Amino acid sequence: MVSKRIVPCLDVKDGRVVKGTNFVNLRDAGSAVELSERYYKEGADELVFLDITASEEKRKTLLDLVVEVAKVIRIPFTVGGGISELDDIEALLRAGADKVSLNTSIVYNPELITDAANQFGSQAVVAAIDIKKLDSGYGVFVKGGKEKTDLDGLEWCKRVVELGAGEILLTSMDRDGTKEGYDVEFLKELTSQVSIPVIASGGAGTKEHFLEAFAQADVDACLAASLFHYQELEIVKLKEYLSENNIKVRL
Amino acid sequence: MIALIEYGAGNTASVSNALNSLGYDHLITNREDEIIKADKIIFPGVGEASSAMRRLHMNNLFNLLRIVKKPLLGICLGMQLLCERSLEGDVACLGIFPTESEKFDSTKTKVPHMGWNEIEIKKESLLFSGIENGEYFYFAHSFYLPINNYTTSSAVQDVEFTASMQKDNFYGVQFHPEKSGEVGMRLLKNFVELC
Repeated sequence: MVSKRIVPCLDVKDGRVVKGTNFVNLRDAGSAVELSERYYKEGADELVFLDITASEEKRKTLLDLVVEVAKVIRIPFTVGGGISELDDIEALLRAGADKVSLNTSIVYNPELITDAANQFGSQAVVAAIDIKKLDSGYGVFVKGGKEKTDLDGLEWCKRVVELGAGEILLTSMDRDGTKEGYDVEFLKELTSQVSIPVIASGGAGTKEHFLEAFAQADVDACLAASLFHYQELEIVKLKEYLSENNIKVRL
Repeated sequence: MIALIEYGAGNTASVSNALNSLGYDHLITNREDEIIKADKIIFPGVGEASSAMRRLHMNNLFNLLRIVKKPLLGICLGMQLLCERSLEGDVACLGIFPTESEKFDSTKTKVPHMGWNEIEIKKESLLFSGIENGEYFYFAHSFYLPINNYTTSSAVQDVEFTASMQKDNFYGVQFHPEKSGEVGMRLLKNFVELC
Protein backbone atom coordinates (compact mmCIF):
# COMPACT_ATOMS: atom_id res chain seq x y z
CA MET A 1 0.00 0.00 0.00
CA VAL A 2 1.02 3.54 -0.67
CA SER A 3 2.59 5.30 2.32
CA LYS A 4 1.40 8.47 4.03
CA ARG A 5 3.20 11.62 2.92
CA ILE A 6 4.78 14.49 4.84
CA VAL A 7 4.66 17.66 2.77
CA PRO A 8 6.47 20.87 3.75
CA CYS A 9 4.79 23.90 2.23
CA LEU A 10 6.69 26.99 1.16
CA ASP A 11 4.77 30.24 0.78
CA VAL A 12 6.96 32.20 -1.61
CA LYS A 13 7.18 35.90 -2.29
CA ASP A 14 9.80 37.09 -4.78
CA GLY A 15 11.81 33.88 -4.34
CA ARG A 16 11.88 34.10 -0.53
CA VAL A 17 9.89 31.89 1.81
CA VAL A 18 7.47 33.75 4.05
CA LYS A 19 4.99 32.62 6.64
CA GLY A 20 2.17 34.34 8.45
CA THR A 21 -0.65 33.55 10.82
CA ASN A 22 -4.23 33.28 9.60
CA PHE A 23 -3.04 34.34 6.14
CA VAL A 24 -1.48 37.64 7.38
CA ASN A 25 1.63 38.95 9.28
CA LEU A 26 4.33 37.66 6.95
CA ARG A 27 7.87 36.99 8.12
CA ASP A 28 10.93 35.83 6.16
CA ALA A 29 12.06 32.20 6.43
CA GLY A 30 14.88 31.99 3.89
CA SER A 31 15.62 31.19 0.24
CA ALA A 32 13.08 28.92 -1.41
CA VAL A 33 15.67 26.92 -3.32
CA GLU A 34 17.90 26.37 -0.28
CA LEU A 35 14.99 25.36 1.90
CA SER A 36 13.79 22.92 -0.78
CA GLU A 37 17.14 21.23 -0.86
CA ARG A 38 17.19 20.94 2.92
CA TYR A 39 13.74 19.33 2.98
CA TYR A 40 14.68 16.91 0.22
CA LYS A 41 17.72 15.78 2.20
CA GLU A 42 15.71 15.51 5.43
CA GLY A 43 13.25 13.06 3.90
CA ALA A 44 10.26 15.14 2.83
CA ASP A 45 8.02 13.11 0.52
CA GLU A 46 6.99 16.03 -1.62
CA LEU A 47 6.92 19.83 -1.54
CA VAL A 48 4.28 22.47 -2.20
CA PHE A 49 5.08 26.04 -3.29
CA LEU A 50 2.42 28.71 -3.02
CA ASP A 51 3.45 31.90 -4.75
CA ILE A 52 2.03 35.00 -3.15
CA THR A 53 3.95 37.52 -5.23
CA ALA A 54 1.53 40.21 -6.28
CA SER A 55 3.63 42.04 -8.87
CA GLU A 56 3.20 41.84 -12.62
CA GLU A 57 6.47 39.90 -12.77
CA LYS A 58 4.71 37.06 -10.98
CA ARG A 59 4.59 34.58 -13.84
CA LYS A 60 8.25 34.91 -14.58
CA THR A 61 9.39 34.71 -10.96
CA LEU A 62 7.32 31.56 -10.39
CA LEU A 63 8.67 29.94 -13.53
CA ASP A 64 12.26 30.81 -12.57
CA LEU A 65 11.67 29.31 -9.16
CA VAL A 66 10.35 26.05 -10.64
CA VAL A 67 13.37 25.74 -12.91
CA GLU A 68 15.79 26.26 -10.02
CA VAL A 69 13.95 23.96 -7.61
CA ALA A 70 13.67 21.18 -10.19
CA LYS A 71 17.44 21.18 -10.55
CA VAL A 72 18.11 20.45 -6.88
CA ILE A 73 15.39 18.08 -5.67
CA ARG A 74 14.46 14.55 -6.78
CA ILE A 75 11.01 14.39 -5.22
CA PRO A 76 7.73 15.63 -6.69
CA PHE A 77 6.52 19.17 -6.13
CA THR A 78 3.37 21.19 -6.64
CA VAL A 79 3.16 24.88 -7.46
CA GLY A 80 0.22 27.20 -6.96
CA GLY A 81 -0.77 30.80 -6.53
CA GLY A 82 -2.77 32.77 -9.03
CA ILE A 83 -2.70 30.20 -11.84
CA SER A 84 -5.68 30.68 -14.15
CA GLU A 85 -4.66 29.73 -17.70
CA LEU A 86 -3.92 26.39 -19.38
CA ASP A 87 -0.83 27.98 -20.95
CA ASP A 88 0.53 28.85 -17.50
CA ILE A 89 -0.07 25.29 -16.31
CA GLU A 90 1.73 23.90 -19.32
CA ALA A 91 4.70 26.24 -18.81
CA LEU A 92 5.02 25.27 -15.13
CA LEU A 93 4.82 21.54 -15.82
CA ARG A 94 7.31 21.81 -18.66
CA ALA A 95 9.66 23.72 -16.39
CA GLY A 96 9.73 20.70 -14.05
CA ALA A 97 6.77 20.99 -11.67
CA ASP A 98 4.78 17.77 -11.22
CA LYS A 99 1.45 19.28 -10.27
CA VAL A 100 -0.25 22.64 -10.13
CA SER A 101 -2.65 23.66 -7.42
CA LEU A 102 -5.63 25.71 -8.48
CA ASN A 103 -7.73 27.69 -6.03
CA THR A 104 -9.50 30.95 -6.90
CA SER A 105 -9.48 30.31 -10.66
CA ILE A 106 -11.46 27.06 -10.43
CA VAL A 107 -14.17 28.63 -8.30
CA TYR A 108 -14.86 31.14 -11.08
CA ASN A 109 -14.06 28.71 -13.92
CA PRO A 110 -14.64 25.10 -12.80
CA GLU A 111 -14.09 23.83 -16.35
CA LEU A 112 -10.41 24.66 -15.94
CA ILE A 113 -10.09 21.52 -13.81
CA THR A 114 -11.52 19.34 -16.56
CA ASP A 115 -9.50 21.00 -19.31
CA ALA A 116 -6.28 20.71 -17.34
CA ALA A 117 -6.97 17.08 -16.38
CA ASN A 118 -7.70 16.17 -20.00
CA GLN A 119 -4.56 17.82 -21.23
CA PHE A 120 -2.06 16.96 -18.50
CA GLY A 121 -3.70 14.10 -16.58
CA SER A 122 -5.59 14.20 -13.27
CA GLN A 123 -2.39 13.44 -11.38
CA ALA A 124 -1.14 16.93 -12.26
CA VAL A 125 -4.21 18.80 -11.03
CA VAL A 126 -4.58 19.65 -7.35
CA ALA A 127 -7.71 21.47 -6.21
CA ALA A 128 -6.70 23.76 -3.34
CA ILE A 129 -9.68 24.60 -1.16
CA ASP A 130 -9.66 27.06 1.74
CA ILE A 131 -12.51 26.55 4.18
CA LYS A 132 -13.74 28.35 7.26
CA LYS A 133 -16.34 27.35 9.81
CA LEU A 134 -19.56 29.36 9.55
CA ASP A 135 -22.59 29.47 11.83
CA SER A 136 -23.83 26.48 9.91
CA GLY A 137 -21.36 24.27 8.02
CA TYR A 138 -18.19 25.35 6.26
CA GLY A 139 -17.75 28.08 3.67
CA VAL A 140 -15.22 28.23 0.81
CA PHE A 141 -12.99 31.31 0.63
CA VAL A 142 -10.85 32.53 -2.27
CA LYS A 143 -8.22 35.15 -3.05
CA GLY A 144 -5.94 34.06 -0.23
CA GLY A 145 -8.84 33.81 2.18
CA LYS A 146 -9.98 37.38 1.63
CA GLU A 147 -13.20 36.70 -0.23
CA LYS A 148 -16.12 34.52 0.81
CA THR A 149 -17.97 32.52 -1.83
CA ASP A 150 -21.43 30.95 -1.73
CA LEU A 151 -19.96 27.48 -1.96
CA ASP A 152 -20.33 24.86 0.77
CA GLY A 153 -17.00 23.27 1.75
CA LEU A 154 -17.93 19.62 1.43
CA GLU A 155 -20.07 20.10 -1.69
CA TRP A 156 -17.28 21.96 -3.49
CA CYS A 157 -14.80 19.19 -2.60
CA LYS A 158 -17.12 16.59 -4.11
CA ARG A 159 -17.63 18.73 -7.19
CA VAL A 160 -13.89 19.11 -7.95
CA VAL A 161 -13.59 15.31 -7.88
CA GLU A 162 -16.35 15.01 -10.50
CA LEU A 163 -14.61 17.66 -12.59
CA GLY A 164 -11.41 15.61 -12.69
CA ALA A 165 -9.09 16.88 -9.95
CA GLY A 166 -6.46 14.32 -8.90
CA GLU A 167 -6.02 15.51 -5.34
CA ILE A 168 -7.54 17.92 -2.81
CA LEU A 169 -5.37 20.26 -0.73
CA LEU A 170 -7.71 21.22 2.07
CA THR A 171 -6.74 24.19 4.22
CA SER A 172 -8.64 25.10 7.35
CA MET A 173 -8.39 28.87 7.68
CA ASP A 174 -9.52 28.65 11.30
CA ARG A 175 -6.54 26.46 12.13
CA ASP A 176 -3.91 27.93 9.79
CA GLY A 177 -0.94 29.20 11.80
CA THR A 178 -2.55 28.39 15.17
CA LYS A 179 -0.71 25.10 15.90
CA GLU A 180 -3.88 23.73 17.47
CA GLY A 181 -4.11 20.72 15.16
CA TYR A 182 -5.74 19.92 11.83
CA ASP A 183 -9.50 20.12 11.43
CA VAL A 184 -9.87 16.38 11.93
CA GLU A 185 -13.65 16.56 12.09
CA PHE A 186 -14.04 18.04 8.61
CA LEU A 187 -11.22 15.94 7.13
CA LYS A 188 -12.78 12.74 8.42
CA GLU A 189 -16.05 13.56 6.74
CA LEU A 190 -14.21 14.54 3.56
CA THR A 191 -12.12 11.36 3.19
CA SER A 192 -15.24 9.24 3.72
CA GLN A 193 -16.93 10.99 0.81
CA VAL A 194 -14.26 11.43 -1.88
CA SER A 195 -12.18 8.81 -3.70
CA ILE A 196 -9.10 10.92 -4.50
CA PRO A 197 -6.14 11.61 -2.19
CA VAL A 198 -6.57 14.39 0.40
CA ILE A 199 -3.78 16.60 1.78
CA ALA A 200 -4.55 18.12 5.19
CA SER A 201 -3.36 21.67 5.77
CA GLY A 202 -3.64 24.25 8.52
CA GLY A 203 -2.99 23.81 12.21
CA ALA A 204 -0.07 21.39 12.62
CA GLY A 205 1.77 22.16 15.84
CA THR A 206 2.95 18.82 17.24
CA LYS A 207 3.68 15.34 15.97
CA GLU A 208 0.49 14.14 17.62
CA HIS A 209 -1.48 16.37 15.26
CA PHE A 210 -0.07 14.48 12.27
CA LEU A 211 -0.93 11.16 13.88
CA GLU A 212 -4.51 12.32 14.52
CA ALA A 213 -4.98 13.38 10.91
CA PHE A 214 -3.60 10.10 9.53
CA ALA A 215 -5.13 7.72 12.08
CA GLN A 216 -8.51 9.38 12.66
CA ALA A 217 -9.23 11.22 9.41
CA ASP A 218 -7.31 8.83 7.11
CA VAL A 219 -5.84 11.67 5.04
CA ASP A 220 -3.14 10.74 2.51
CA ALA A 221 -0.73 13.55 3.28
CA CYS A 222 -0.16 16.20 5.91
CA LEU A 223 1.17 19.61 5.03
CA ALA A 224 2.94 22.03 7.36
CA ALA A 225 5.03 25.14 6.94
CA SER A 226 6.45 27.10 9.87
CA LEU A 227 6.84 23.99 12.00
CA PHE A 228 9.46 22.73 9.55
CA HIS A 229 10.91 26.09 8.47
CA TYR A 230 12.00 27.00 11.97
CA GLN A 231 13.03 23.40 12.79
CA GLU A 232 10.56 23.05 15.61
CA LEU A 233 9.91 19.54 14.33
CA GLU A 234 12.37 17.42 12.34
CA ILE A 235 10.88 15.46 9.46
CA VAL A 236 12.82 12.29 10.21
CA LYS A 237 11.80 12.31 13.89
CA LEU A 238 8.19 12.92 12.91
CA LYS A 239 8.28 9.98 10.51
CA GLU A 240 9.86 7.71 13.13
CA TYR A 241 7.14 8.67 15.57
CA LEU A 242 4.41 7.95 13.00
CA SER A 243 5.99 4.63 12.11
CA GLU A 244 6.09 3.61 15.81
CA ASN A 245 2.38 4.38 15.88
CA ASN A 246 1.62 2.09 12.95
CA ILE A 247 1.34 4.73 10.25
CA LYS A 248 3.06 3.58 7.08
CA VAL A 249 5.68 6.13 6.06
CA ARG A 250 8.77 6.07 3.86
CA LEU A 251 11.82 6.08 6.14
CA MET B 1 24.62 9.48 -26.10
CA ILE B 2 21.18 9.14 -24.50
CA ALA B 3 18.10 10.23 -26.42
CA LEU B 4 15.31 11.58 -24.23
CA ILE B 5 12.21 11.55 -26.39
CA GLU B 6 10.23 14.79 -26.49
CA TYR B 7 6.80 14.33 -28.06
CA GLY B 8 4.72 16.76 -26.04
CA ALA B 9 3.44 14.24 -23.50
CA GLY B 10 6.36 13.65 -21.20
CA ASN B 11 7.97 15.33 -18.26
CA THR B 12 11.32 15.69 -20.01
CA ALA B 13 12.54 18.53 -17.75
CA SER B 14 12.63 16.33 -14.65
CA VAL B 15 14.31 13.40 -16.40
CA SER B 16 16.78 15.79 -18.00
CA ASN B 17 17.61 17.34 -14.61
CA ALA B 18 18.15 13.88 -13.16
CA LEU B 19 20.48 12.89 -16.03
CA ASN B 20 22.39 16.16 -15.65
CA SER B 21 22.96 15.59 -11.96
CA LEU B 22 24.32 12.12 -12.77
CA GLY B 23 26.61 13.74 -15.35
CA TYR B 24 25.14 12.03 -18.43
CA ASP B 25 25.10 13.82 -21.78
CA HIS B 26 21.74 13.54 -23.47
CA LEU B 27 19.64 14.98 -26.27
CA ILE B 28 16.02 15.99 -25.84
CA THR B 29 14.69 15.11 -29.25
CA ASN B 30 11.85 13.91 -31.50
CA ARG B 31 14.15 13.36 -34.49
CA GLU B 32 14.32 9.88 -35.94
CA ASP B 33 17.98 10.12 -36.93
CA GLU B 34 19.02 11.20 -33.44
CA ILE B 35 16.96 8.55 -31.70
CA ILE B 36 18.19 5.72 -33.94
CA LYS B 37 21.83 6.71 -33.34
CA ALA B 38 21.51 6.94 -29.56
CA ASP B 39 23.06 4.30 -27.28
CA LYS B 40 20.16 4.49 -24.83
CA ILE B 41 16.62 5.78 -25.24
CA ILE B 42 14.38 7.15 -22.49
CA PHE B 43 10.68 7.37 -23.25
CA PRO B 44 8.82 9.40 -20.60
CA GLY B 45 5.09 9.92 -20.48
CA VAL B 46 2.48 11.71 -18.43
CA GLY B 47 -1.14 12.54 -19.08
CA GLU B 48 -3.78 10.66 -20.96
CA ALA B 49 -2.94 7.60 -23.13
CA SER B 50 -4.93 8.27 -26.31
CA SER B 51 -3.72 11.86 -26.64
CA ALA B 52 -0.14 10.73 -25.95
CA MET B 53 -0.46 8.08 -28.72
CA ARG B 54 -1.78 10.78 -31.04
CA ARG B 55 1.29 12.87 -30.30
CA LEU B 56 3.56 9.91 -30.97
CA HIS B 57 1.93 9.47 -34.39
CA MET B 58 2.13 13.21 -35.09
CA ASN B 59 5.87 13.03 -34.42
CA ASN B 60 6.22 9.96 -36.70
CA LEU B 61 7.69 7.94 -33.86
CA PHE B 62 5.28 4.99 -33.81
CA ASN B 63 7.15 2.67 -36.17
CA LEU B 64 10.57 3.76 -35.00
CA LEU B 65 9.89 2.90 -31.36
CA ARG B 66 8.62 -0.55 -32.33
CA ILE B 67 11.85 -1.49 -34.09
CA VAL B 68 14.62 0.14 -32.07
CA LYS B 69 17.24 -2.34 -30.87
CA LYS B 70 18.97 -0.15 -28.29
CA PRO B 71 17.94 -0.31 -24.63
CA LEU B 72 14.78 1.74 -24.15
CA LEU B 73 13.31 2.75 -20.79
CA GLY B 74 9.62 3.67 -20.72
CA ILE B 75 8.63 5.70 -17.65
CA CYS B 76 5.06 5.79 -16.22
CA LEU B 77 2.72 6.33 -19.18
CA GLY B 78 5.76 5.63 -21.37
CA MET B 79 5.73 2.05 -20.05
CA GLN B 80 1.98 1.68 -20.57
CA LEU B 81 2.32 2.86 -24.17
CA LEU B 82 4.70 -0.04 -24.84
CA CYS B 83 1.74 -2.44 -24.43
CA GLU B 84 -0.95 -3.65 -26.83
CA ARG B 85 -3.74 -1.36 -25.75
CA SER B 86 -4.80 1.10 -23.11
CA LEU B 87 -8.27 1.24 -21.63
CA GLU B 88 -7.60 4.94 -21.13
CA GLY B 89 -9.16 6.40 -24.26
CA ASP B 90 -9.38 2.80 -25.59
CA VAL B 91 -6.38 3.16 -27.85
CA ALA B 92 -3.97 0.81 -29.65
CA CYS B 93 -0.44 1.28 -28.33
CA LEU B 94 3.02 0.16 -29.47
CA GLY B 95 2.37 -3.58 -29.02
CA ILE B 96 5.71 -4.62 -27.59
CA PHE B 97 4.39 -6.16 -24.36
CA PRO B 98 1.34 -8.43 -24.83
CA THR B 99 -0.79 -6.83 -22.10
CA GLU B 100 -3.31 -4.04 -21.64
CA SER B 101 -3.67 -1.31 -19.05
CA GLU B 102 -6.64 -1.26 -16.69
CA LYS B 103 -8.07 1.31 -14.32
CA PHE B 104 -7.87 1.18 -10.52
CA ASP B 105 -11.30 0.69 -8.95
CA SER B 106 -12.17 3.98 -7.22
CA THR B 107 -14.82 2.25 -5.11
CA LYS B 108 -12.03 0.20 -3.49
CA THR B 109 -9.05 2.54 -3.40
CA LYS B 110 -8.00 6.15 -3.90
CA VAL B 111 -7.48 7.01 -7.55
CA PRO B 112 -4.99 8.28 -8.74
CA HIS B 113 -2.55 6.01 -6.93
CA MET B 114 -0.28 8.82 -5.83
CA GLY B 115 2.70 8.70 -3.53
CA TRP B 116 5.51 6.46 -2.38
CA ASN B 117 4.98 2.72 -2.52
CA GLU B 118 7.23 -0.27 -1.90
CA ILE B 119 8.18 -2.57 -4.72
CA GLU B 120 8.66 -6.31 -4.54
CA ILE B 121 11.35 -7.51 -6.91
CA LYS B 122 10.07 -10.60 -8.73
CA LYS B 123 12.86 -11.28 -11.19
CA GLU B 124 16.51 -10.36 -11.24
CA SER B 125 17.16 -7.35 -13.41
CA LEU B 126 20.22 -5.19 -13.99
CA LEU B 127 17.90 -2.25 -13.45
CA PHE B 128 17.69 -3.20 -9.74
CA SER B 129 21.38 -3.75 -9.22
CA GLY B 130 22.20 -2.52 -5.70
CA ILE B 131 18.54 -1.78 -4.99
CA GLU B 132 16.92 -3.71 -2.19
CA ASN B 133 13.55 -5.41 -2.19
CA GLY B 134 10.96 -3.19 -0.49
CA GLU B 135 12.46 0.14 -1.53
CA TYR B 136 10.01 3.00 -1.97
CA PHE B 137 9.45 4.66 -5.35
CA TYR B 138 7.15 7.53 -6.31
CA PHE B 139 4.02 6.66 -8.30
CA ALA B 140 1.33 8.89 -9.86
CA HIS B 141 -1.16 7.05 -12.09
CA SER B 142 -4.80 6.02 -12.46
CA PHE B 143 -4.27 3.08 -14.85
CA TYR B 144 -2.04 0.09 -14.22
CA LEU B 145 -0.67 -3.00 -15.94
CA PRO B 146 -1.62 -6.36 -14.44
CA ILE B 147 1.11 -8.81 -13.47
CA ASN B 148 2.32 -10.60 -16.62
CA ASN B 149 5.17 -12.84 -17.85
CA TYR B 150 7.47 -9.87 -18.24
CA THR B 151 6.88 -8.30 -14.80
CA THR B 152 10.16 -7.81 -12.93
CA SER B 153 8.71 -6.06 -9.86
CA SER B 154 5.29 -5.33 -8.44
CA ALA B 155 3.53 -3.02 -6.01
CA VAL B 156 0.18 -3.28 -4.24
CA GLN B 157 -2.63 -0.73 -4.13
CA ASP B 158 -5.89 -2.65 -3.74
CA VAL B 159 -4.56 -5.00 -6.48
CA GLU B 160 -1.02 -6.18 -7.13
CA PHE B 161 0.21 -4.58 -10.34
CA THR B 162 3.34 -4.31 -12.50
CA ALA B 163 5.85 -1.80 -11.12
CA SER B 164 8.45 -2.70 -13.74
CA MET B 165 8.83 -5.07 -16.66
CA GLN B 166 11.38 -6.12 -19.22
CA LYS B 167 11.43 -7.80 -22.63
CA ASP B 168 14.54 -7.95 -24.84
CA ASN B 169 15.83 -4.36 -25.07
CA PHE B 170 12.62 -2.85 -23.69
CA TYR B 171 12.41 -1.81 -20.04
CA GLY B 172 9.47 -0.15 -18.36
CA VAL B 173 8.85 1.35 -14.92
CA GLN B 174 5.47 2.51 -13.67
CA PHE B 175 7.03 4.75 -11.02
CA HIS B 176 9.04 7.90 -11.64
CA PRO B 177 12.73 7.18 -10.94
CA GLU B 178 13.51 10.85 -11.60
CA LYS B 179 11.23 11.74 -8.66
CA SER B 180 12.18 8.86 -6.35
CA GLY B 181 15.12 10.37 -4.49
CA GLU B 182 18.49 8.63 -4.35
CA VAL B 183 17.11 5.15 -5.04
CA GLY B 184 15.51 6.44 -8.25
CA MET B 185 18.80 7.98 -9.28
CA ARG B 186 20.48 4.62 -8.72
CA LEU B 187 17.96 2.97 -11.05
CA LEU B 188 18.59 5.54 -13.79
CA LYS B 189 22.33 5.03 -13.34
CA ASN B 190 21.84 1.26 -13.67
CA PHE B 191 19.89 1.73 -16.89
CA VAL B 192 22.55 3.95 -18.43
CA GLU B 193 25.58 1.97 -17.27
CA LEU B 194 24.46 -1.66 -17.05
CA CYS B 195 21.53 -2.29 -19.40
